[in-house]
Amino acid sequence: MAEHSSHVAHQFDDSTQQYEASTLGMWAFLLTEIMFFGGLFAGFFVYILGHAQAFAEGSRHLDIALGTVNTVVLLGSSLTMALAVRSAQQGHRNGQLLFLGLTVILGSVFLGIKGLEYAHKFAQHLVPGPGFRMEGPHAQSAQLFFSFYFAMTGVHALHMVVGIGLLAWLFVNAWRGKYTEAYFTPVEVSGLYWHFVDVVWIFLFPTLYLVARHG
Amino acid sequence: MTDAAPEPRKHYLNCEYSVRSWLLTTDHKRIALLYLVSISAFFMLGGILAGLLRLELLTPQADLVQAETYNKLFTMHGITMIFFFLIPSIPAVLGNFLVPMMIGARDLAFPKINLLSWYVYTLGAGFTVVAMVTGGVDTGWTFYTPYSSTYANTNVILTALGVFITGFSSILTGLNFVVTIHKMRAPGLTWFRLPLFIWAHYATSLIMILGTPVIAITILLVALERGLGIGIFDPNLGGDPVLFQHLFWFYSHPAVYIMILPSMGVMSELVACFSRKRIFGYNFVAGSSMAIAILGFLVWGHHMFVSSQSMYAGIIFSLLSFLVAVPSAVKVFNWTATMYKGSIALRTPMLYAFGFVGLFTIGGLTGLFLATLATDVHVHGTYFVVAHFHYIMVGGAIMGYMGGLHFWWPKMTGRLYSDAWGRVAAVILFVGFNLTFLPQFVLGFLGMPRRYHVYPPEFQMLNVLSTAGATILGLGYLIPVLYLLWSLFKGQPAGDNPWGATGLEWQTPSPPPTFNFDKTPVVTEEAYAYDSSSEGHRG
Repeated sequence: MAEHSSHVAHQFDDSTQQYEASTLGMWAFLLTEIMFFGGLFAGFFVYILGHAQAFAEGSRHLDIALGTVNTVVLLGSSLTMALAVRSAQQGHRNGQLLFLGLTVILGSVFLGIKGLEYAHKFAQHLVPGPGFRMEGPHAQSAQLFFSFYFAMTGVHALHMVVGIGLLAWLFVNAWRGKYTEAYFTPVEVSGLYWHFVDVVWIFLFPTLYLVARHG
Repeated sequence: MTDAAPEPRKHYLNCEYSVRSWLLTTDHKRIALLYLVSISAFFMLGGILAGLLRLELLTPQADLVQAETYNKLFTMHGITMIFFFLIPSIPAVLGNFLVPMMIGARDLAFPKINLLSWYVYTLGAGFTVVAMVTGGVDTGWTFYTPYSSTYANTNVILTALGVFITGFSSILTGLNFVVTIHKMRAPGLTWFRLPLFIWAHYATSLIMILGTPVIAITILLVALERGLGIGIFDPNLGGDPVLFQHLFWFYSHPAVYIMILPSMGVMSELVACFSRKRIFGYNFVAGSSMAIAILGFLVWGHHMFVSSQSMYAGIIFSLLSFLVAVPSAVKVFNWTATMYKGSIALRTPMLYAFGFVGLFTIGGLTGLFLATLATDVHVHGTYFVVAHFHYIMVGGAIMGYMGGLHFWWPKMTGRLYSDAWGRVAAVILFVGFNLTFLPQFVLGFLGMPRRYHVYPPEFQMLNVLSTAGATILGLGYLIPVLYLLWSLFKGQPAGDNPWGATGLEWQTPSPPPTFNFDKTPVVTEEAYAYDSSSEGHRG
C-alpha cells in the first residue's frame, strides 16, 4: 500500500485496480440497464406482431421532424461527451469545462424538445387513459402504442435527467481541477453511462418513429 | 472510545459504538449485521402471517378470517418472505460478510454502494409495510394482471413500488459482488482456488443483475397501468395479460435460484469442513452453479403450462426445465461423495447440511413432476405446488441459511453458542418442516387447491397434521433466536478458527478487525485442503 495516493479508496491496492473495478462496475450496471429496457422492447415487439396496423397508425401520429432533430442533438452530445473524457484523460481543465458544459446543454435541449412533443400529444388527446381520442379503425389498440411510447421515452428521459445530474456534478469537480491524467475515472465511467443512454435512443427512434415509414 | 488500562483488541464491533457509526458505516461486516437485523424482522413478520394461515386451515370452515382477509394474509406472507427475507438472506448477510474475507480483500469494491443497497432495501420495505398496515394487498405475490392492474381494491401501487425499490438493493449487491470477485482477489487466489461459496455467489449475482431489472420494469408497468392508465397489459385495449406472466416469471423463476444457489454455496463449505475432506469434483460443483444460473433463465414458461401458452412452447420449456435437474443433481451427488468415508463431525451446521440434502432432493424431484406437462395439468394450482416450493425455499434455502449462520456465527460475533441446543433446534426444525409440508403433497395430489380459506371436510386430518408441524417449526426457529442472543452475552470466546476450517476468513481473528486482515494474505493452494487424519489444516 506504499503507493496509496489520496484518490485511491481504502479498499483498493492501487489506482489501476480502482480504475478497473469502477469500469467493470459500470459495464455490469449497463447490462442491468439493457435488461431493464429489454423488457419494454420485448413487449413492444410481441405486440407489434398482433397489432401491426394500429402500431403503424400510432407511429404516424409522432412528430418525425422533432424526433430527427432530437436524434441529431443526442448524437452531438455523445461527441462532446467523448471529447470531455479525452480532456479529462489529458488533464485539460478548460476542455473538460467546455465539453461537459456543452453536453449538459445538448442533453437539456433534448429534454426540452421531448417536453414539447409530450405537450403536443397531450393537446391532441393522445395520452393513454380516459382522455384518449383518436380517429380511425384502430383507435383502441393504438392506445397500446402510446402506452409503450410514453413508458419507453419516459423511462429514457428519466435516465437523461440522471445523466445530466451526473454531468453537473462532474462539472463542479472539474471546476475544482479534480480530474488529471492520473485520475479521470468518474468522467470516463459517467461517459459510458451517457453513451449508453444515447444508444437506447438510437433503438427507440426507429422502433417508435420510423416503424411505419416504409414506402 | 475509552482508554482503559488493558486495551482490548480492536475489531469491527468495538472500534466505534455510536448509532451514527452503524448507520453511516461502509464496513461490509457491519452492513451485513444491519441486513441481519432487518431480514430477521421480516422473517418474523412472514412467520406470524404463515402461522395465521395455518391456524385458519385447522378446520374446513372459515373461523378465524374471511376470504378477503385470507387473500391478504397469504399475499403478504409471500411478498414478505420472498422479497424481504429469502432473496436478501444469504447474499446480503453471509455474502456481504464473507465475500471480501474469503478472497482476502479489505472490503467490497464499492462500500458506499453497499450501504446504499441497505438503505434502498429499507425504503422499499417501508413502502411495503405502509401498504400492509393501511389495508394490505390481496393479489398474491405474483401480482397477476388484470386483477392487479384493474380489479383489485387493495394497496397494489404502494406494494408494487416497495418491491420495485427493493429490487435495486438486490441489483446493487449483485453488482458489488461481481466486481469484487473479478478484481479484488488476493495474490495467488485464482478462479479455481476460490471457495465454492464464492462461485455460488458469483452465479447468484449474475442472476441478480440480469433478472431483477426485468421484474423492475414489469412491476413498474403494473403500477403505471393502475395509476396513470398506461394500459400495456389491459385486455380491453388488446393488451395481453399473459405477457405480464412471461415478464414476471422471466425474473421470478431465476429468483428461486437467487435463493437456492447461495445456500448451495454454504453447503459446500459445511460438507467439506465437517467431513474433513476436499470437496469431491470441485470443478463440477463450481460449474454446476454457473449452469444453474444460465439454464434458470430458460425455463420460465413452465409456470404457464395452463395459461394459454402454445403447446410447442410448453414442450420446449418442459424439456429445458428437466435440464436444470442435471447440475442440481451433480451438486447433491458430489456432496454425498464428499461425505463418503469422511470423518464426519455431527456439529450443528452439519446437521443443517444433512437436512438440506434430504429436503432439497425431495423438493427438486417433485419439481420434475411439475415440469412434466401432463402431471402439471393435474397438480397445477394445488397444495402440491405449495409443498414443492416450500421444500426448495424453506427446506433448501433456509436450511442452508441456518447452517451458514451457525457456521460463521463464531466468526461474526467472536462467541460460541451452545452446540447441544443448536443440534436440538436443528432436529426440531427438520421434524417440524416435514410434518408441515409432507401432508401438503398429499393434499395437493388429492386436489386441494391453494389460496382458499375453506376446504372439504375430508381434507381436515392432513391439514391438522400440517398445522401441528407448523407449530413445531415455529418452535424450531424460536430456539436459535434465544441461544444465539444468549451467546452474545455469555458465550465462550470462539477463537480464530473453532471448526478447524480452511479458508481465508478463518485465518483472521474473530471478530475480524475492521480491514479484515493485518496484511494481505497470499494463497498458495487449492480450496478445502483438509487432511482427514488431523483436526484440520491451519494454512
